[in-house]
Amino acid sequence: MTAVASSGFDPGAAATRATDAILRDTLHGTDRGVVVDSPPGAGKSTLVVRAALELAAAGRPLMIIAQTNAQVDDLVLRLAEKDSELPVGRLHSSDADPYDKALDDLPNVRKSTRAADLAGLDVVISTAAKWAHVKDVEPWRHAIVDEAYQMRSDALLAVAGLFERALFVGDPGQLDPFAIVGSEQWAGLSYDPSASAVTTLLAHNPELPQHRLPVSWRLPASAAPLVSDAFYPFTPFRSGTDHGDRRLSFAVPSDGSGPDRVIDEAAEAGWGLLELPARHTPRTDPEAVRAVAQVVRRLLDRGGAATSERSDEPVPLTADRIAVGTAHRDQAAAVRSALANLGVTDVVVDTANRLQGREYDVTVVLHPLSGRPDATAFHLETGRLCVLASRHRHACVVVCRAGVTELLDDHPSTEPVQLGVTVKFPDGWEANHAVLAHLAEHRVASRP
Amino acid sequence: MSLISTLARLEAISTGRAQPVATVRHRHLSERPLVLVPLTTAGEAGAPLGALVGTDRDAPRLLVVPQPRDRDLRFAFLAELADIVLPYVDSYADVVEAAERSETDPETGKRVKVEVDLCADAPQLIVPSRSGIDFVRLLGRSMRFRRTAEQEPEAPHPAPPRVPLLGRWLTHFGERARVPGSSLLLALTDLLTRHWATGQSGVEDQHLGALLAWIDPPGDESGDTAARRAELARDADGQLLCPPAGPATDPAFDNKLLAPAIERYDRARAALAAAEDGLQADDRLGDLTAAERGIRGLVESRTRPTWDAVWRGLDLLRELPEGAHAADRWTRDRWSFTGHRDRIIAGEPPQPRRDDAVTAANKLATREREQARLDAQEALDDPLVMAGRRLAGEAFAGEVTDVVMAYSEGKRPSPRPLVTVHTEDRPHLGERTKVYRSLGGKPQAAEFVGYDGPEGGDLLVLRIVDKMGRGKEPEQGSVPEKGDLVCFTLFEHDQRAGAKLPDPDDTPWTHGGPPGDPEAVPLPEQPDPVTEEDVL
Amino acid sequence: MPPPRTRGTALRQRLAELRGPEVPAKALDARALAALAANPGCRRRALLDGAGVDKTALAGALGSPSAFGQSQFAFMRGNAFEARVKADGGAELLRLVHERLDPSAEPPSGAAVPDLAAIGPEGRAARTALALREAAESGGWALLDHPMLALDVAGSPAFLEPDAVVVHPDGRWTVVEIKSFPMLDGSADPAKVGAAARQSAVYVLALEEVAARLEPVPEVHHRVLLVCPKDFSNLPTAAAVDVRKQRAVTRRQLTRLTRIEEIADSLPEGTCFAPDLPREQLAEAVQSLPATYAPECLAACELAFHCRSHAREEGEVTSLGRSARAELGGLTTVEDVLAAAHGRAGDPEDPAVAALRRAADLRAEALATAAARREGAACP
Repeated sequence: MTAVASSGFDPGAAATRATDAILRDTLHGTDRGVVVDSPPGAGKSTLVVRAALELAAAGRPLMIIAQTNAQVDDLVLRLAEKDSELPVGRLHSSDADPYDKALDDLPNVRKSTRAADLAGLDVVISTAAKWAHVKDVEPWRHAIVDEAYQMRSDALLAVAGLFERALFVGDPGQLDPFAIVGSEQWAGLSYDPSASAVTTLLAHNPELPQHRLPVSWRLPASAAPLVSDAFYPFTPFRSGTDHGDRRLSFAVPSDGSGPDRVIDEAAEAGWGLLELPARHTPRTDPEAVRAVAQVVRRLLDRGGAATSERSDEPVPLTADRIAVGTAHRDQAAAVRSALANLGVTDVVVDTANRLQGREYDVTVVLHPLSGRPDATAFHLETGRLCVLASRHRHACVVVCRAGVTELLDDHPSTEPVQLGVTVKFPDGWEANHAVLAHLAEHRVASRP
Repeated sequence: MSLISTLARLEAISTGRAQPVATVRHRHLSERPLVLVPLTTAGEAGAPLGALVGTDRDAPRLLVVPQPRDRDLRFAFLAELADIVLPYVDSYADVVEAAERSETDPETGKRVKVEVDLCADAPQLIVPSRSGIDFVRLLGRSMRFRRTAEQEPEAPHPAPPRVPLLGRWLTHFGERARVPGSSLLLALTDLLTRHWATGQSGVEDQHLGALLAWIDPPGDESGDTAARRAELARDADGQLLCPPAGPATDPAFDNKLLAPAIERYDRARAALAAAEDGLQADDRLGDLTAAERGIRGLVESRTRPTWDAVWRGLDLLRELPEGAHAADRWTRDRWSFTGHRDRIIAGEPPQPRRDDAVTAANKLATREREQARLDAQEALDDPLVMAGRRLAGEAFAGEVTDVVMAYSEGKRPSPRPLVTVHTEDRPHLGERTKVYRSLGGKPQAAEFVGYDGPEGGDLLVLRIVDKMGRGKEPEQGSVPEKGDLVCFTLFEHDQRAGAKLPDPDDTPWTHGGPPGDPEAVPLPEQPDPVTEEDVL
Repeated sequence: MPPPRTRGTALRQRLAELRGPEVPAKALDARALAALAANPGCRRRALLDGAGVDKTALAGALGSPSAFGQSQFAFMRGNAFEARVKADGGAELLRLVHERLDPSAEPPSGAAVPDLAAIGPEGRAARTALALREAAESGGWALLDHPMLALDVAGSPAFLEPDAVVVHPDGRWTVVEIKSFPMLDGSADPAKVGAAARQSAVYVLALEEVAARLEPVPEVHHRVLLVCPKDFSNLPTAAAVDVRKQRAVTRRQLTRLTRIEEIADSLPEGTCFAPDLPREQLAEAVQSLPATYAPECLAACELAFHCRSHAREEGEVTSLGRSARAELGGLTTVEDVLAAAHGRAGDPEDPAVAALRRAADLRAEALATAAARREGAACP
């Protein structure tokens, strides 16, 4: 389906090789764990489903640990899609509406609040939080831990006794887990409970095989190199498609306004920066919020169509294929209400945290540092920018006030350093500089 | 910094006086706290220079190490400290009341209630500032592994008998102080900044004198002027008029006053050692005593202002009524105190240098739970804290404008009344977001149904889902009525206990296996080696 | 490419004028260079440091003396500890480098300890460069005790003196930083470690300049060795510290120092910072340099008290902390914020103004509720 890129790199073949090696280690290896790094859109869910099916086919009872109920339900649905006969158990909490109602339509899925009710099923799936309450059961021979980089070490500690061996899958570039209280006391310890599950796992088991999925099927050729260089400097990846494989076109020509020009730039180059005049603003900068809403409105009004390897015909760019990303919830709320004023109600607007793992054709991002008088660790966090810059299949439009480069240069750098803590790369400050330098090449000045 | 507290700071600047950021006292204060004002020696780790300590504000005990690099003098100081602190701690250990605790029955694995002792009250240590808390931890760490002569008769430099025990208690106080909302060990600067916003930054608030100057400036003086004087003013000798609250001393004090005094002491001691006869020794002993008295005077002169400031700060705090939930958290402190008392009685070893994986995870879980509990309780106890949560979109208050009875579907319909609330607040509500209000001290839950009117408007429709009794009709007073003023929060009021972690002996392979495993992280319990280098 | 010589000379001349006649330039040390990253947005600090103005003397002359001082106890202890670490030809220090950074190399016995004595900083720097080259060629361990390194800072050389540099048998170089704060059970005060890392990053950059002139170019370790007293003893222990982040930041800030020329050009003719000038004149000169005071300056800059007083007089909100401004949008002074909050000024459509009014109303309402509650409690 995908043509071999001009460089001679065959993404399909590279991805298959990686997947084969992962499955070989998982099914036939002798190590207790296998770690897979998956950059954005590299087929992590596909891998998890495939590994689950193969383990089930090999007669190995499997538990799957995901981090949120939405992730769990999504996996259950994907498994059923691939094999509607496979006996799956959905372990859930006793809260109201503990799982997606769509699961009720799947005859192969049994649901229960008690692990004992699900004993003997080929696959049992739940969240880490729910698994932590399961006691006194025979350990599963195998587990898959999904989104393992977003799982905290202490959450793994609570469930690791439930399985003998496990496949750990996740994206190291996204937002790190965090604690709401200080945990400096344990910094530098191999089992620091606030660190990521993978960090602890590898500190104690450095010999475990580590793989990575080398191809992003989501990110276009225009985005993969930037995202790879800026956020995955030591584990680079490629896009599955080449320049020209994807196209974004609009039936209605540009009216010459800032939003239209930046849309055209992004359609052409994959990136567009709509730059507003420098000014210090509160988080819900009305001009920036309005600009974001206008870009979305124009994306919908101009009759966009996305051409890609997924279908022969261009697919209309509809509201469900567009998302807006922000750093803060109040910004998301402000954009939602600005969109409502423009008559747009069905475009997803959310924070980076909630956009993790999701995919759209076009994203519009309110830059986390736009208009800020100061940068904080929160706004500089590498994972936040990475999530926002890697949700799109075709194009990403960033709305930002001028002056962020100066803000970064003026940012005081007096971070404390904990002995024994592995320095996380890339640094948010550097990644932000790299992304801004790239965006500057696709800048459209807004004329409010 | 939330906008409400920023505003309070700005008001403080414009009025020249600190402004309240709390309307009740959010920490329990003991009737009889033990105040500790320690000083340390610059450049040395864990070498105390002296301290004022005690429970009587008019009669502090002065402890001094005239030559901080002398190990024997340091031990003598710690032994004296133990003789003051331990009887204070013990006085709370013996008075108990009966209480219930759930435990896991080892036979059945079920949770059962058992009756246990709970200390009726607990000791409370107050230090001037946050670095004082760090110093308490450091002292605890330096003492708890010491071996006494009884334990190791052969070892050189045995510690006085009660020193390791004091180390274990100070370690416990230091660890407990990391639990949000706890009050066994408190820093006065933290207490004051929790309740007042000054017109200076958080960095400057760490200076106790400057902080008090903003909260309670002398006479008509503005807080700013008084604070700057407390921070910077020096006498003709170049000494600060308001000495730092410690444990670090001012370098000018070290260089101009302390160093010569210690030198004089050293000389006097050497001279005494070299005395050739009794008469000469008597003379020289007098010199030594005088030299020591000089150092004691210096230490007292630097600690006494801080001692008085601590008590003055406590007076100011006592003027605030205690928050309703502070007692609940103090009960947790009593449990913590009782637990440590029991561990010591049971002969358990001192706390290890570093936590094992399970202990670390348990502590983190407890602290996160306590943080969430504290945040909720402070908001429920204090309208000013709740105002901050409302501004942040995490709570809303308003008037009930309509109540419509409705019922759940199913065999036994239960009441699910729809309540419309008019509010000026802008909570972050989504479909079916759970909200809670306090009903007779217990949380009642409701779900957000939608807006009555435009999206994001000021009329919110909620469905009450619990605490209405078992009948088909809600119990009297369990449903708000039209005209009632209500306050709902998006955060929960109670904290559920987390899942139980494995025993340390069952630490899984992902975390290095059980700590006893020689391949795993070692558990060093040996005392620190005593080296000649300890004394330069 | 170096800038044309005449331009460099002109700048040096200009900076000398700013210092004042006969006032020698205060040499920039690693600590000062590392501190550039503490408040890189401050033009006042950038220019005064770049021009070699003695900020301690300047602060004193302005009537707001800095409060930095060191206790002689700490000083003595630090010196005694460093001497101990370097005793016996640095045997213990080399052992720690071997153990923490290069355990697969041969054990360091009989390392070369070249004599680095020479006249003047230039001479010592040249001697150091020579010793480094010889050590790299010899293929064994070598310890350079207090070497001298030159780093180009905005066109002028700054001379830096790390505690030690170790040359490994494979030719790589490691910066050693000796500090007297303790490592207690394997951890140390993160703020102090951070400061040491920033300081070491400057040395790494300077070493990289020396290395770049050699062929083949030796690798400078991006992990430095931090040596501290162990627990409560005076025995040395050590930890490797990765300084790549600090190196990247410092490198970028050093390249930005070239803007001191532009800052100097923006000053009125005749501006001078000589400490013997009358206070008013100095204050005016300092005032012509825009500063970005924040409370963190108190721990990092000799001029902080002066800048703080001024920031307070001007009612700058950031004197409460950088984060105070986060939600205030374009409002920067106490008066403006309070006027907006209490409805005396500001556009209610501006979300910052709207939020402030909301905050002020909520605050007033809560205080009134609490007062009523207390009264109710007093007379039931």
